Amino acid sequence: MTGRSPTLAELSVGDEVVRRQITVDRARLVRYAGASGDFNPIHWNERVAVAVGLPGVIAHGMWTMGAVSSVVADWAGDPGAVLDFQVRFTRPVPVPDPGSATVDVVATVGVVDVAAGTVRLDLTATCDGVRVLGKAQAVVRL
Amino acid sequence: MRVNAEYAGREYPPNAAYEVGREKIREFAQAVGAAHRAHTDPEVARALGYPDVIAPPTFAVVVAQRAEAQLLEDPGAGIDFSRVVHADERFTHHRPIHAGDRLVTVLHIDSITERAGLAMVTTRAEIAADDGARVATVVSTLAVRGEGS
Repeated sequence: MTGRSPTLAELSVGDEVVRRQITVDRARLVRYAGASGDFNPIHWNERVAVAVGLPGVIAHGMWTMGAVSSVVADWAGDPGAVLDFQVRFTRPVPVPDPGSATVDVVATVGVVDVAAGTVRLDLTATCDGVRVLGKAQAVVRL
Repeated sequence: MRVNAEYAGREYPPNAAYEVGREKIREFAQAVGAAHRAHTDPEVARALGYPDVIAPPTFAVVVAQRAEAQLLEDPGAGIDFSRVVHADERFTHHRPIHAGDRLVTVLHIDSITERAGLAMVTTRAEIAADDGARVATVVSTLAVRGEGS
């Protein structure tokens, strides 16, 4: 968001380009529920979450994906440059009350496609050392 | 209740248009921590070549889920939402969604497969502007647990 945007020429496969921590608390989940229209009670109601076998309230997978996409967009310098973004939801992110959960996001360069003018970032997102996203890949136009 | 595999291959008619507003984009961007000013300041968005503020990449889920409701709320599909887990999601943007867009979505049921007591339901929402231009493709897979699992 600040400074110049990265260029294809300066990137190599394997480069780590972003490392960031994002945090989420219950208030954040309520905000996301309202903004997204996803009111599944497992994301705000402890009783319901436990009743369906979860450890407690968990973050929306789509919140995590959205927060990770923002990390990519900030790196690119233009949110509209994120052409393709896919993830698998491998493990839930439990969100305590009181307190918050922290997700560690790391992006590395997976593919540099000079002809297409794009780079593929491979992302990891972990919470307490557990991977919460799998096959998280973003194709960014630079 | 059992997921009805005969729904695989279905294509729904275009749904009612979703009108994208600046304040909805702002609200969604704040919720996911998207701080880029192209989401909130039309001048910043125009400087990047867009007609108005643009939505964060995953905002398309808000548009897609209105179309997906046609399947999830259809009793004949046999999807018990309390047994659903989100398995994967993919967004392909043909161009960014921006404020002022009127978006029409066609929902496709790409596949329904069963394995180990789970029904995997893959949907594809093809989102287009009201002039017919393609805007985004949203592919989503839900895992539906069977009874007693």
